[in-house]
Amino acid sequence: MKRFFGFVKKEFQHIFRDVRTLVILFALPVVMIVLFGYVVTNELKDVRIGIWDRSGDQITRDAINKILSSGYFVLAGTLDHEEQIGSLFRSGNAKVVVIFEHGFEKKLMRENRAAVRLVTDASDANSAQLALNYLQGVLAGFFRSLNPDAGLPWEVEIRTRMFYNEEMKGVYMFVPGLMALIMMLISALMTSVTITREKEFGTMELLLASPLKPWEIILGKVTPYVLLSLVNAGSIILLGTLVFNVPVSGSLPLLILECLLYITLALSLGVLISTVAKTQQMAMVFSMLGLLLPTILLSGFIFPVDNMPGILRGLSTIMPARWFIVVVKNVMLKGTGFAFIWKESLILLGMTIFFIMAALRRFNVRLEK
Amino acid sequence: MPVILQQVSKSFGDVRALNEVGFQVGDGELFGLIGPDGAGKSTLFRIIASLLIPDAGSCMVLGFDVVKQYREVRKLIGYMPGRFSLYMDLSVEENLNFYATVFGTTVRENHDLVREVYRHIEPFRKRPAGKLSGGMKQKLALSCALIHRPRILLLDEPTTGVDAVSRREFWEMLEKIRREGITILVSTPYMDEAELCDRVALMQKGGILEVADPAEMSTREEVPLFALRSSSEVYPYLERIRKQEGCQSAWLFGDELHVTLKSKEYEPLIREEIGRWKEPSLEWVAIAPSIEDRFMRLIRQEQEPDSGHGAGIKYRTDR
Amino acid sequence: MTGSGEDIIAVRDLVKKFGSFVANDRLTFRVHRGEIFGFLGANGAGKTTAIKILCGLSYPTSGEIRVAGHDVYTGREKIKRRIGYMSQKFSLYEDLTVSENIRLYAGIYGLKRNYIQERETQLLESLGLRHIKNEYIRKIPLGWKQKLAFSVAIFHRPAIVFLDEPTGGVDPITRRQFWEMIHEAARDGITVFVTTHYMDEAEYCDRVSIMVEGRIEALDTPVLLKKQYHSANMNEVFIKLARKR
Repeated sequence: MKRFFGFVKKEFQHIFRDVRTLVILFALPVVMIVLFGYVVTNELKDVRIGIWDRSGDQITRDAINKILSSGYFVLAGTLDHEEQIGSLFRSGNAKVVVIFEHGFEKKLMRENRAAVRLVTDASDANSAQLALNYLQGVLAGFFRSLNPDAGLPWEVEIRTRMFYNEEMKGVYMFVPGLMALIMMLISALMTSVTITREKEFGTMELLLASPLKPWEIILGKVTPYVLLSLVNAGSIILLGTLVFNVPVSGSLPLLILECLLYITLALSLGVLISTVAKTQQMAMVFSMLGLLLPTILLSGFIFPVDNMPGILRGLSTIMPARWFIVVVKNVMLKGTGFAFIWKESLILLGMTIFFIMAALRRFNVRLEK
Repeated sequence: MPVILQQVSKSFGDVRALNEVGFQVGDGELFGLIGPDGAGKSTLFRIIASLLIPDAGSCMVLGFDVVKQYREVRKLIGYMPGRFSLYMDLSVEENLNFYATVFGTTVRENHDLVREVYRHIEPFRKRPAGKLSGGMKQKLALSCALIHRPRILLLDEPTTGVDAVSRREFWEMLEKIRREGITILVSTPYMDEAELCDRVALMQKGGILEVADPAEMSTREEVPLFALRSSSEVYPYLERIRKQEGCQSAWLFGDELHVTLKSKEYEPLIREEIGRWKEPSLEWVAIAPSIEDRFMRLIRQEQEPDSGHGAGIKYRTDR
Repeated sequence: MTGSGEDIIAVRDLVKKFGSFVANDRLTFRVHRGEIFGFLGANGAGKTTAIKILCGLSYPTSGEIRVAGHDVYTGREKIKRRIGYMSQKFSLYEDLTVSENIRLYAGIYGLKRNYIQERETQLLESLGLRHIKNEYIRKIPLGWKQKLAFSVAIFHRPAIVFLDEPTGGVDPITRRQFWEMIHEAARDGITVFVTTHYMDEAEYCDRVSIMVEGRIEALDTPVLLKKQYHSANMNEVFIKLARKR
């Protein structure tokens, strides 16, 4: 045991003496989360929209005022017939057009239902989706305030996928994704690099020639990163709460436990990479290409899994981050308990065990050359 | 016998690094592996340190097989790889403490053994290992290899690239360590260091040319060896000597030329010839061969059985 | 001694400081044209620092230094054209062939194509390496590599060639063959500035300087140094000087 603590102590000394490591460990997550947060919010401050008010009554005028005063949208122009929509999009002057149907107020008063059509330029699908979500949020709030007793006295022809994001804030979507990303980056990348560094500098040769057992070497290298990654997870959650008002609705201990599971998984992936890579550079490339990119692209972090073609959707099921994002969304945003996420947790646990076994098997007690 | 190697071979791809190497190292012996880069010295060390598995043959260290019982072997050896392999960002003291804990011991426990080496670097104990000079790095690495009082010390080219003063100090330390009863296996490309070993194995291209006591080795040399000395430069006479009939080889050797003859009969002829050169400062004497002479003759025999002549690489520029 | 016109390197009061650390402390020496100059010293004595300055790779803190007729402050580019450099660590590109390496270096010094071709054939012929002309450097033995690296370093006929531990790790015969090449080059008028840890090689030099802790402690022919320090060989001279502190 003393041997193990000696190893961990040495590992901490490496970390705290290397400025680059410290920056990646502590500054990177903060910078990323703030950057993502503000990029998303800024994008929605100046979305240009067109408005075609076919009714021109009091309610539609109020609704338009509400939209334009929300701070997210800027009026690009008013329209008076169908063809203008296409030309408006083509010229790039607007991303979204809001169309109130003819006789809106009258219909609403008489039949309790009326239609607003939101047409969007989907060439930039993500920002369009985001803009739509915002618009719906603004309109829903407006109509609810008009008629607090009724349910939803209106109809929107475009559906939204974000049932639990009532304020339609983009930040909500990226906090779980970013957590998955950052923890994968730090845990897997850092461990694979720190282990290959020992190989590159020849110090691994001495460790192997000593009575240390493989698991002692691996655990000794990994333990500091478990602790540091947990600190990171905490700081992301804290930043989310304080800066972007993304609360933890569910149980915090559960969330932390799930984070720990995911971190362990990422670390074992890092160890596995280090058994293949010979140099730090190779480890970095493997981590970036093999883990980071798929995590960004296939986990549902940026591109919704539902919209992926079959093969990619199949691939996404082997992305640990995909399951972890589901878990975090459930615990953080929906506030659900373990009963709803046991399946995902089990998948993560299975993956972790698999990777640990693979890493231990591949870890060579000798040199290759 | 603490180390027994039998018919050990090892290849990397189509490169044969070791070819049926066998020798034994006696208890408490200071055993030298002498040879240039690429002779297979490092590969041999790694096999003895249980870090590589030989393709063929066997290697026993203190009665344990390095392949099957590598865990036992690793407890008993102290290994200093050819490349400086300590943590550059840790201080001298931290490195030493780390290796002590890895072997489940403390610096204090074996202080008397390490002290002799460590006292040279103790004044710099707070300095990161990466900022030490070559000689000091080497002493730190030796301290770390000794920290658990190993039964066998494996030192792979500890003095390569180190200046003559540090090298001498290093060998003085080895002598003291040996007196503690630790068997030492050391490799070096410097032939003069071979004379400081109890026994040496001369290595070239993955094979052993000879294993012997350095003193005994020179008596084995049958080819007569002579030195041509001069109070000024000897290089100008190199080509002239090589042209003489009966000259087998002639090489620069410090401030002398070392000349071997095809047989003793030629000696009077060459001596006469040198006399005719009318250079009173020239001196021609029979000498006992050093290990370097021996080594040169052995590798020449391997490479080119009959041509021992000249560099074979005349560099000329036209002007 | 020869006059200053024959001095290919003239150094007066060279000082190089890194912060408060004095790496080179008022070095003063001259190297004559065509001589083999041994530049010895313990690890960390400041040899590498001085060589870098002489090669025009770094500026001195102070001092007057002329190399191949040019001032190291103002004529660095001109100096670089007139010197050759080879070290054990860096010599040839491993993933290029023998021929490609020769052409690459010759090209860097702006030699004409026909001329390169002619000299290349000649060079490979004299080294006996013609059969491996198209072999990758990484595949040829260390001894050949080093001989080739030396030939490449003097391919453009520099006034001086700097050799930084050129013979590390090679067998004793190859080492001697290498020194015969050095002698040949010197005979052809190329000044050789060489560092080594093999003390028998110090004997092969025309003159030897020994650096101790940033200063030149001794500079003379091997014969006179041995006499002065009552030593049988250069190894003893070196140890006496470097241990003196």
